[in-house]
Amino acid sequence: MSDSNANDHKLRVSKIRDGTVIDHIRGGQAINVLAILGIDGSRGEEVSVGMNVPSDRLARKDIVKVEGRELSQDEVDVLSLIAPDATINIVRDYDVEAKHRVERPDVVEGVLECPNADCITATDEPVTSRFEVLEDGVRCDYCGTIVRENIAELIRE
Amino acid sequence: MRHDHLITSKQLSRADIETVLDRAAEIDADPEAVAGKYAGTLLGLLFFEPSTRTKMSFETAMKRLGGDVVDMGSIESSSVKKGETLADTVRVIEGYADALVLRHPRQGAPKMASEYVDVPLVNAGDGAGHHPSQTLLDLYTIRENAGLDDLTIGIMGDLKYGRTVHSLAYALTNFDAQQHFISPESLQLPREVVYDLHQEGATVREHDDLDDVLPTLDVLYVTRIQRERFPDEDEYQKVAGQYQIDLETLEAASDDLTVMHPLPRVDEIAPDVDETDHASYFEQAHNGVPVRMALLDLLLGDSA
Ligand SMILES: [Zn+2]
Repeated sequence: MSDSNANDHKLRVSKIRDGTVIDHIRGGQAINVLAILGIDGSRGEEVSVGMNVPSDRLARKDIVKVEGRELSQDEVDVLSLIAPDATINIVRDYDVEAKHRVERPDVVEGVLECPNADCITATDEPVTSRFEVLEDGVRCDYCGTIVRENIAELIRE
Repeated sequence: MRHDHLITSKQLSRADIETVLDRAAEIDADPEAVAGKYAGTLLGLLFFEPSTRTKMSFETAMKRLGGDVVDMGSIESSSVKKGETLADTVRVIEGYADALVLRHPRQGAPKMASEYVDVPLVNAGDGAGHHPSQTLLDLYTIRENAGLDDLTIGIMGDLKYGRTVHSLAYALTNFDAQQHFISPESLQLPREVVYDLHQEGATVREHDDLDDVLPTLDVLYVTRIQRERFPDEDEYQKVAGQYQIDLETLEAASDDLTVMHPLPRVDEIAPDVDETDHASYFEQAHNGVPVRMALLDLLLGDSA
């Protein structure tokens, strides 16, 4: 681990047996990460969240540990939009089985809703939303609207 | 052209544009040569928003090529009113027609529709989005009057909601054209259009006063500022007058200035301008037919 105080983190946020640890989330974005993953605790998942933990790489970072759940590629793609520096650790039987940085996809489909009320995707037409991922935001493929801030708010219910 | 559909002018390269304009010039010079070329071919007109001019222009173009049109009629009397989706409508009409022309109030509607059909589809205007066939006739008119390179153009009026403006601005990035955008602050170009123009390497110069740039212009493209864009009548009146032109305004312009307008106009160009050599808007409207004939010829010819 690159963080000098990694051991402290482990004390703060308990180890999980099987599941996913999302580390190096930008400070304050953990709540949005949970929103993207549709985790609100109602399904009984065991979730640990560390917010504004000191980090070498980011001044302050958030960390989310989800017991019993491995993220799909779609989920990781969208996660990358709000947590571009995140690392995903898949844990099986207390061991980190796989560890990767998120990569920003070129396109996200069916995950975000266009905020433009005049967009064809904001109707009952059989059309899947599609957003091109820009360096600093996302852009609706149908109407061209660019969103740079609060992307998490566009996540479909 | 290697495109099956014409959705936005962004998809057009300089070569594409020149292919259409050259073909339009050939047709303009000798319309008889293509008079019966598309006998038996049907163009489907799907206008979900009233637009007599654009619709008649496409209709005339198709008929002059020897083909005919099928028209879904007014929105009020069609199944659309009963809640049929656009996706269903285009798939049904595709069964009758060899190509489709779509005007729709929602942005992105033509793009979605094109994903459901195999015949060529032309966007004839989608909300505040794009209007690429208008852009082709605009470019044709500009080329005839001022040339497309070493061009200084002012685009004035409602730049925010003006789809003809967005389409034209994108297309002009293919040429050596200096673009000046003149509008009230509340009706400036949408930021995403500015972003795109920057991406294409264009310099975007925005002004709120025509006087700043008028003497330098080869072309002044005027669009209408609509009352309903303003919260109250006073606000509208304050702004509207500043963006109207008449003979007096044009005293500061070069003798060669070409004045254009996508029409219909209300009072943004005074009638006294009509008789001057500056006025090109009726010629521009006339060019709609040969340009749309060329466009249909290229789309139908390719898909056959
Ligand atoms: Zn959209």
